[in-house]
Amino acid sequence: MKDGPHNHVDLAEQFNADEARVNWHDETLWWVRQKRDKAAWQVPEWEQLREMASQVKLHTLSNLHDYLVQFEQNAQRNGITVHWAADAEEHNTIVHGILQKHGAKKLVKSKSMLTEECHLNEYLHEQGIDVIDTDLGERIVQLAGEGPSHIVLPCIHWKKEEIGVLFHEHLGTPEGCADPQLLTNAARLDLREKFLTRRVAITGVNFAIAETGELVVCTNEGNADMGAHLADVHIACMGIEKLIPQRKHLGVFLRLLARSATGQPITTYSSHFVKPLPGQELHIVLVDNGRTTQLGREDFRSSLKCIRCGACMNTCPVYRRSGGHSYHNAIAGPIGAILAPNLDMKQYADLPFASTLCGSCSNVCPVKIDIHQQLYKWRQVLTQEGHSPAAKTVAMKGMAAVLSKPGVYRFSGKVGRWFMRVMPWLVNNKLNPWYKQRDMPAPPKQSFGEWYKNREAGKK
Amino acid sequence: MTVGLFIPCYVDQFYPQVGIATLELLEKLGCKVHYPFGQTCCGQPMANSGYEHLAHSCNDLFVKNFDGFDYIVCPSGSCTLHIKDHLHATHAQAEASAQSIRRKIYELSEFLTDVLKVQHLQARFPYKVGMHQSCHGQRGLHISQMTELIADGYSKPGQLLNMVEGIELVELDRKDECCGFGGTFCVAEEAVSVKMGKDRVADHLHHNVQYITGVDMSCLMHMEGILKRQKSHVKVVHIAEILNNQQ
Repeated sequence: MKDGPHNHVDLAEQFNADEARVNWHDETLWWVRQKRDKAAWQVPEWEQLREMASQVKLHTLSNLHDYLVQFEQNAQRNGITVHWAADAEEHNTIVHGILQKHGAKKLVKSKSMLTEECHLNEYLHEQGIDVIDTDLGERIVQLAGEGPSHIVLPCIHWKKEEIGVLFHEHLGTPEGCADPQLLTNAARLDLREKFLTRRVAITGVNFAIAETGELVVCTNEGNADMGAHLADVHIACMGIEKLIPQRKHLGVFLRLLARSATGQPITTYSSHFVKPLPGQELHIVLVDNGRTTQLGREDFRSSLKCIRCGACMNTCPVYRRSGGHSYHNAIAGPIGAILAPNLDMKQYADLPFASTLCGSCSNVCPVKIDIHQQLYKWRQVLTQEGHSPAAKTVAMKGMAAVLSKPGVYRFSGKVGRWFMRVMPWLVNNKLNPWYKQRDMPAPPKQSFGEWYKNREAGKK
Repeated sequence: MTVGLFIPCYVDQFYPQVGIATLELLEKLGCKVHYPFGQTCCGQPMANSGYEHLAHSCNDLFVKNFDGFDYIVCPSGSCTLHIKDHLHATHAQAEASAQSIRRKIYELSEFLTDVLKVQHLQARFPYKVGMHQSCHGQRGLHISQMTELIADGYSKPGQLLNMVEGIELVELDRKDECCGFGGTFCVAEEAVSVKMGKDRVADHLHHNVQYITGVDMSCLMHMEGILKRQKSHVKVVHIAEILNNQQ
């Protein structure tokens, strides 16, 4: 990911070089979308549930300061150590500081998109600390030296045969073995040793409850629990938008999260961490990293409602056909495309354009983020802020000039169609990206306007 | 009832038969239709590309052309949605007209079902047809139910097509997936756009359709380009052409 192109267009084109693989990727994720549909149809009040989740999150975001303070007080009362990090760097430094205090050189980490966002693994690696990702999908991409391509299904772009080769190399599974059960068992045995020997465990946080000062971590593999229960030190890292006001609100989100993500009624484990075990330390790192900036952007504030279910990725026809890595950001897909420009407009200026604005993402979103509307708005902001290619600006100015003058428009249309009829090679060539894999429409002799004018003249 | 006919720029230039079918259909149903000759475009190509600020003169031109009609009807869900969501006038005194246009503009099929309340049509189209749900009409204007929502199904264009004699509508595997046209997306993200279009076309071909129809010629133009490149005999046809067909 570090070398090569850093824009969606080129990365997506590379991904499309292998059409059979694109078909496989598309069908795999479409299957997850269908599982989501089936699960959602089991809940007659689904749309009300989405609305309620949206309202709870909007309320929380509008009162974030108060809820954060309340959460901190209650967490401290429970014996949890609370840290505040303004950005990714501070987050990484805090985590490193805790490790140093305990002389820890190794740790296990369950799924946390926040730590991906902060590039914690790379940072700790540079400090000589060995991080083992314990979520199976995360472990696979870690062994492969990649980042996750999906927030819920990190290695969805890997086929089981390829995982077999990877595991043969790293975990000593038999050559040619692609049996998911055997491969999973090999990972399990390897991870078991890591769980038993690591003294520090990092987990993510799905929900933090202000009223009680507790954390809720959702996994299917139980790996967060295994890590946190066996370690002397549990560090939970969370973005400040993970907060919900009260425990009673949790049911709304737990009913939506797994159904939206994978079509399961609920994740296998929804674990509540309220206080440290006897003799254990429990740390929470509350991270801003651009979230308060986004909170201040009226048009984009509601992106902070996101509960990281990944439904927008599974439904996105562009994501399914371009792969998660084409978004060159920790969080891919439609939600990544509205979160990333907040962090760095220049670097991620391409992402809001990696969409047809079809709107399917907004419809599946369990917290009703108007994702496609925000993609449209980011396009305006990025252009206004000067992150648009100069050639595009010239073309758009030309287009606007033609379309704002009816005479010029009619004349250009007539001339253009004449050229297309008489000299079709002018447009039917490799310089025209439309023509590369599609034929041009046949240019008619008469436009509708010309036909209409004749008809009206005939009436007189 | 006077109707201002808004024909999108690319339909005007490349698919005049769609404009003609729309006009004839509306007149057949008793509307007094006027086509303002000074019209060009809704401004969406600029706006969706991030250049909303360059669309001002296009907007003003639109307001000038379409002020004062009882309704404005357009054979495109996408252009209709753009006007409905984004039309503003540069001068404050024209803003009321812009707002009024936003309320009075209808995509053709929703105008037929919701305003004219059409119950019967004299139309015949004895072919096997696949209906492409164009996203802006569907998810933006809600002319059909969306598969993502847990809600009862309906389809305004489907309702109209079912009034056509001899038509056989097929059910697709993916009922409402985007075709990948997406305005400038179709050239800017050529690889993904074409792949999406090929997949959409394949769904229709898999169901042995003779025609692919829809409410947006832009999606159909994109799929037509792919069909022609594949030397397919399957054709695209705008819904207005089917509803106006009496062969």
